[in-house]
Amino acid sequence: MKLKSRKLKKTTVIDFATYIGVVLAFIIMNTLKNQGMLTRSLTGQLIPICCYIVMAVSLNLTVGILGELSLGHAGFMSVGAFSGVVAAMSLQTVIPSEPLRLAIALVVGAIFAAIAGTLVGIPVLRLRGDYLAIVTLAFGEIIKELINCLIIGVDETGLHIVFNATGTKSVNDLGLSEAGRVLIKGAQGATGTQTIASFTAGFILIMISLVVILNLVRSRSGRAIMALRDNRIAAESVGINVTKYKLMAFVTSAALAGAAGALYGLNFSNLVATKFDFNTSILVLVFVVLGGLGNIWGSIIAATVLTILPEALRGFDDYRMLIYAIVLILVMLATNNPQMKTLFAKLIPVRRGEKVNG
Amino acid sequence: MKKVISLVMVMAMVMCLMAGCGSTTETADPTEAPAETEAETDTTADTASEGGSFYIGGIGPITGDNAIYGMAVMNGAQIAVDEINAAGGINGYPIEYKFEDDVADGETAVNAYNNLMDWGMQVLVGPVTTGSAISVSAKVYEERVFALTPSASSPDVTAGKDNMFQLCFTDPNQGSGAAVYMGANMADSKVAVIYRNDDAYSQGIRDTFVAEAANQNLEVVYEGTFTEDTATDFSVQLTAAQAAGADVVFLPIYYQPASVILAQANAMGYTPTFFGVDGMDGILTLEGFDTSLAEGVMVLTPFSADAQDELTKTFVAEYNERFGETPNQFAADGYDCVYAIKQAMENAGCTPDMSAEEICNAMVEQFTSMSFSGLTGTDMTWSTAGEVSKMPVAVVIENGVYVSAQ
Amino acid sequence: MEFLSYLISGISLGSVYAIIALGYTMVYGIAKMLNFAHGDVIMVGGYISLLSMTSLGLPWWLAVILAMVVCTVLGVVIEGLAYKPLRAAPSLAVLITAIGVSYFLQNAALLLWGASPKAYTPIIAGSVKLFEGQLSISYVSMLTVFMCIVIMIALTLFTGKTRMGKAMRACSEDKSAAQLMGINVNRTISMTFAIGSALAAIAGVLLCSSYTSLMPTTGSMPGIKAFTAAVFGGIGSIPGALLGGVLLGIIESLAKAYISTQLANSIVFAVLIITLLVRPAGLLGKYVPEKV
Repeated sequence: MKLKSRKLKKTTVIDFATYIGVVLAFIIMNTLKNQGMLTRSLTGQLIPICCYIVMAVSLNLTVGILGELSLGHAGFMSVGAFSGVVAAMSLQTVIPSEPLRLAIALVVGAIFAAIAGTLVGIPVLRLRGDYLAIVTLAFGEIIKELINCLIIGVDETGLHIVFNATGTKSVNDLGLSEAGRVLIKGAQGATGTQTIASFTAGFILIMISLVVILNLVRSRSGRAIMALRDNRIAAESVGINVTKYKLMAFVTSAALAGAAGALYGLNFSNLVATKFDFNTSILVLVFVVLGGLGNIWGSIIAATVLTILPEALRGFDDYRMLIYAIVLILVMLATNNPQMKTLFAKLIPVRRGEKVNG
Repeated sequence: MKKVISLVMVMAMVMCLMAGCGSTTETADPTEAPAETEAETDTTADTASEGGSFYIGGIGPITGDNAIYGMAVMNGAQIAVDEINAAGGINGYPIEYKFEDDVADGETAVNAYNNLMDWGMQVLVGPVTTGSAISVSAKVYEERVFALTPSASSPDVTAGKDNMFQLCFTDPNQGSGAAVYMGANMADSKVAVIYRNDDAYSQGIRDTFVAEAANQNLEVVYEGTFTEDTATDFSVQLTAAQAAGADVVFLPIYYQPASVILAQANAMGYTPTFFGVDGMDGILTLEGFDTSLAEGVMVLTPFSADAQDELTKTFVAEYNERFGETPNQFAADGYDCVYAIKQAMENAGCTPDMSAEEICNAMVEQFTSMSFSGLTGTDMTWSTAGEVSKMPVAVVIENGVYVSAQ
Repeated sequence: MEFLSYLISGISLGSVYAIIALGYTMVYGIAKMLNFAHGDVIMVGGYISLLSMTSLGLPWWLAVILAMVVCTVLGVVIEGLAYKPLRAAPSLAVLITAIGVSYFLQNAALLLWGASPKAYTPIIAGSVKLFEGQLSISYVSMLTVFMCIVIMIALTLFTGKTRMGKAMRACSEDKSAAQLMGINVNRTISMTFAIGSALAAIAGVLLCSSYTSLMPTTGSMPGIKAFTAAVFGGIGSIPGALLGGVLLGIIESLAKAYISTQLANSIVFAVLIITLLVRPAGLLGKYVPEKV
């Protein structure tokens, strides 16, 4: 026991390096931002980057740690975003303090996404492999269409909600009073949102997700979850409750995605449900796979780099997305093909024995 | 191990790419004559030597599903910029013009806007699509940059922002305009509406149309919707509209799905009067489209590529020569935007050394007081809310060309 | 009468899904990978056939053959360059590469053929009128259904009777055992991609003939729908793909007609979810219990 306390475990070292890295990155970026040394283009991307980092880290919990492929992660982001926006906007008069309202919105977003995660998770987690993947995809699409039919307004009597399933209802059916405001207008989405998201809030959210996920992973429950990933039958035979641990990982992941969504939603004055489609889910999955399954700091770096990449490629005009696709394919080939890997290993000398987790 | 390599790889690639494009994007100082912007604007570099130039930016989708609209605006505005520069510029100063892609996505649009601000943009033409325009409008309002959108038609785009203006009709304008027109000319008809319910433009027009239809003695007998994901097959909606006895089908949608609806209706032998709005414009020039299918279709549109006035003819010929296709309404809107800005700048006597905010204040004053005539309308005026006032013109398609409806 | 007409449009739409799903299912069954670029190969097939009809002035059957040849070559090239090097890699890595290929094809098409949609002239025009014109069935729908059945029968015979087909089935059962039996696994997988891509070309022509419009993103949504159809019917199973596709089309069409056009897609996906909960391997899929 004494030995252990003197020499920290390797995983602990990596965890602390991750925390310190994020804090340092925040301090540097914030200083640069306040000094006006960042380009506006980069400054504008700071908050979306924070959101995508949290998305990637939380999806990594499902895909990397739990080992189940999810293609509907954007659906939870969507639930979080819209519930967060509704919460923040409807409390506008009650709570004047912006940071407090933002915090409430994030919590509301996380709670709603967690509820959605539970509803989706209970049936879905019984399936396996690609079947589970297609069902998460299906849920993502369903969430998108349902939100597209939502019309929500607020006045002094409270929230008014209309579900426009037949396509014949409009804002007028809400029955708002004179002072009422429409928050979500179906396909037009949430318009006129007050943008109260801040970089500091993004940083705090990242730190919270890291604390939640890293502690979960290193705990008894986390080991149970990883045991399920590595060999479900063996884990079951030693008495691990499959549904409980799967659901635990899935719902945590959904809740964090919801908080990220709320932050995202409050960073733009307009938000439409179609933004959170299959392509966004895939985008986040790409962050996770590129950063390495189960590798948290890998996800952080991949999310940052791949969010900046399309912007950095603007100089190529029409060829921008084509080059993005080529870079994506080449990176996947370079990191997964045995011959290319040995080739790069020769070109870039990396210290051996620094094998990271996952 | 492999993760380390992968990350190093990605970082290295990004660094290379950033370094590669840094030279083109980071010409942030407006007083420098940027040598490496758009190839088309190279002609302006010679005249830019004395006293700098105006920096006009554009935002719209030039990749992805909606690329056609962004491309049209980009090209239309480019023609206007080149014409103005060839004729000596605005107040003697040439225009530098740069168009950024937003994939019709709010987040990317804000990125594009920030990118243009780094470049030194003074006036914005755009964004092209409604969702992007709302996202960017909050930024331009906050930072006092004048913006004129060629085609984002929702009232939410301009609501509460004094420096965001529209050149196109607003959705309510079009929806109620269409209902009033139908009420006057096809009274007592039974109307079916087929619209795209995950699209702000389409839903916005539908809402006001249905609201106004009640006042116009029009009976809406069927409403069918589709989404981006179900835009492949309209036979169900058409069958239902036919069964409901609709003799007018109102299509507040863009021309691409409309062309499919026309073809499928034709195949099933259903021949109501189809009525479109400005998004329908472009259907006649759709490559490979059998224009006989559009016979008798009525369209409310501000621009017709077949118009015989001198301005339209020159523009269409120039566009055809440079981009190999007939311009649609979006291209005309882009063209008009640049000329409207030119007129306002000349009236206000703007010079390139003014800051974006100074130009913005001058422009707001001009736009709310001046009247402008261009490709998409004559004597347009703007309200302080930023909405343009011009009357939609109803045209009917006969023998493959627009003919005035009256 | 309307019900019949909804049903027919559902079957016709479903048949297009089914042909695409057949390509998906073949590739999945043998290479065990979700080829997300399949929908974009369909789009390429559509463009090639359209351009060879309009620009080259070829008759439609020649255009279809040309599209099949180009797509086959494209499929094999994609497989060789992007997927083959990853044979030993985790399946997620291949999935992401497939998505990269999908982006690549879409953006390459955007640059090559432009952003503006092109109207597609159906290879056969016109329709049959029944019951005094109350019910009309277009020839394209009939051709689609017919082609779908022909392709399914041909594929069943091919995998059941020919040497290559047997090799494919062997590979899908157990790759290393197949290799031990002297089957060239790499060649078999390339062959599967060739067949799948040729099917994609046919699907492209039929899809564009009933949905008369073509743009660089045309293939992506039908691709996802077909993927759903393949899973619905039991991925890896050829009759399953047909059944899944047709059922999906009918459900979509009837949901649009009788429940809500807004939520048609959601209803399709909800049916899929319920089916999978009852039959975890799809309608006709084989459920293989895990062994310790």
